[in-house]
Amino acid sequence: MTTALTRADVATAAPTRRRRRVPGWLAVVPLLLFTALAFGLPALAMLNGAFTAKDPASGATSYTTANMTASVQGAYVTALLGSVKLSALAAALATVLGLPLAQAVVTSRSAALREAVLTASGVLANFGGVPLAFAFVATLGNAGVLTTHLGLTDAGWDLYSFWGLVVVYLYFLIPMMVLTAAPALEGLRSQWREAAHNNGANTFQFWRHVALPVLTPTLLGSFVLLFGSAFAAYATARAMVGAAVPLVTLQIADALSGNVLIGQEHVALALSLDMVLVAAVVMAVYLPLQRRSARWLA
Amino acid sequence: MARLNPWRWGVLGLAGLYFLIPLAASVIFTVNVPGQGVTFDAYTEILSADGFLPSLRLSLELAVATIVIVLLLMVPAMVALRLGAPRLRPVVEVVCSLPLVVPPIAYVAGIATVLKWGPDYLSRTPLFMTFEAVQNPSFPFVLVLAYVVMALPFVYRALDAGLRAVDVRTLVEAARSCGAAWPQALVRVVLPNLRGALLNASFLTLALVLGEFTVAQLLGFRPFAVWIYSISGSQAQLSVAVSVLSLLVTWALLLALAGLGGRGRTTATRG
Repeated sequence: MTTALTRADVATAAPTRRRRRVPGWLAVVPLLLFTALAFGLPALAMLNGAFTAKDPASGATSYTTANMTASVQGAYVTALLGSVKLSALAAALATVLGLPLAQAVVTSRSAALREAVLTASGVLANFGGVPLAFAFVATLGNAGVLTTHLGLTDAGWDLYSFWGLVVVYLYFLIPMMVLTAAPALEGLRSQWREAAHNNGANTFQFWRHVALPVLTPTLLGSFVLLFGSAFAAYATARAMVGAAVPLVTLQIADALSGNVLIGQEHVALALSLDMVLVAAVVMAVYLPLQRRSARWLA
Repeated sequence: MARLNPWRWGVLGLAGLYFLIPLAASVIFTVNVPGQGVTFDAYTEILSADGFLPSLRLSLELAVATIVIVLLLMVPAMVALRLGAPRLRPVVEVVCSLPLVVPPIAYVAGIATVLKWGPDYLSRTPLFMTFEAVQNPSFPFVLVLAYVVMALPFVYRALDAGLRAVDVRTLVEAARSCGAAWPQALVRVVLPNLRGALLNASFLTLALVLGEFTVAQLLGFRPFAVWIYSISGSQAQLSVAVSVLSLLVTWALLLALAGLGGRGRTTATRG
């Protein structure tokens, strides 16, 4: 890297100028080449595979939209809708539950508490996966500590279900909500609250007419981001429920490894493409909303 | 504001309960085995458990390789964006955000497809050897490639925050006018100023690789997270014990790091 810099440096140095200029883009080239290879190639392979089919008799491949059609039919569409439903519900709950927590943290006068909660949120939001699933199995699973001590099974509780997944997903979605909402809540100026109170508003009216309208883009943006994160989650679901709840990530994994039917790889790629499209929509909604909330709260 | 206190402590208390109970219950689950009473066997057995050390070593090796490569790729690029190529900044930003748009499961579906090209089309070319080599089970380099891509968003954010806090251009110009060569200026002036950001990026990548499950499982490799999953059926106590330990160790590492970096960050934003 550094040798490339020095060589280019010497090559472009004009003899009359003491100050040498480094072509900065040279240092960016390895990164771009790497991502083109390690990310671009699989992405193109996915795109290509989603639209091709292999004739088992002749071995010839042809372009088709059959995979994409298959990916929105039957068990696959059930899984897609299951994922959407689970992610939407978990994200909505996390948005509603995370906001008061973020407000409690942000308005706290203890800087240590604020720092600790925000850091812990950063950890929880990103690094759960398999260990998180097992912690919940030990807590609320069939032989879990809370399940046996509180007799939850008789009360109809089942961790390996849709609602079980919601409870576990909240464990990383609420911290993510705290992280995304905290900057916006910090941006709510105390002058706005004072102005509202001087005009005779009570706390509820302040939130209803001032704070929530200002926060709406942030809240929507956070919801969308949480939705995307829940939608993409695989490890937690796999370790917890196996295949008891139809989810698109589990379907892709099964189709890829030939667990259910042989020769479903192309449908797995089509489903992956569906997921990328959903994630792209998520980003397309999130980024403008984030910019909008940044304008108010800058 | 004093009247808000009960409300605030109620919210914090409930959140604390929700977030601490699973951890506490997991510890009870591993220590209090039905029929055996209180025993710490699950924790003492970890080291001798079949496959624990190889899988942990594999994960650590993957993590080191990933950290080295991602830093070698990102640090020069990010520094160059500040110094000479600001116009490439949006390009790098988009490239580093792309992994967020492609979920790991979709990414691994693509990787699996590419890897299948090896036996399908390339079996008579030298490229085939490369395809075989990257899938060597004792050190699957293909996982490193995937993890580097998946770490890009984290590393970008960490380095960007670090670079924002120092004036790279002035530092480099000062070093250059004092007679330092380019490599010297980078290694001895810029990098030490980025120590916090580099540490941050490294630990985030470490946590990512140690916990990564999706890509490794679907490509058929067996690093740490896949190993925990694979023993869960037969040794429930052990798998939960390892889970608790790995969560706590990861959090302790990252909290310690945040403790170090957090102070710098707050002063930087206030100053």
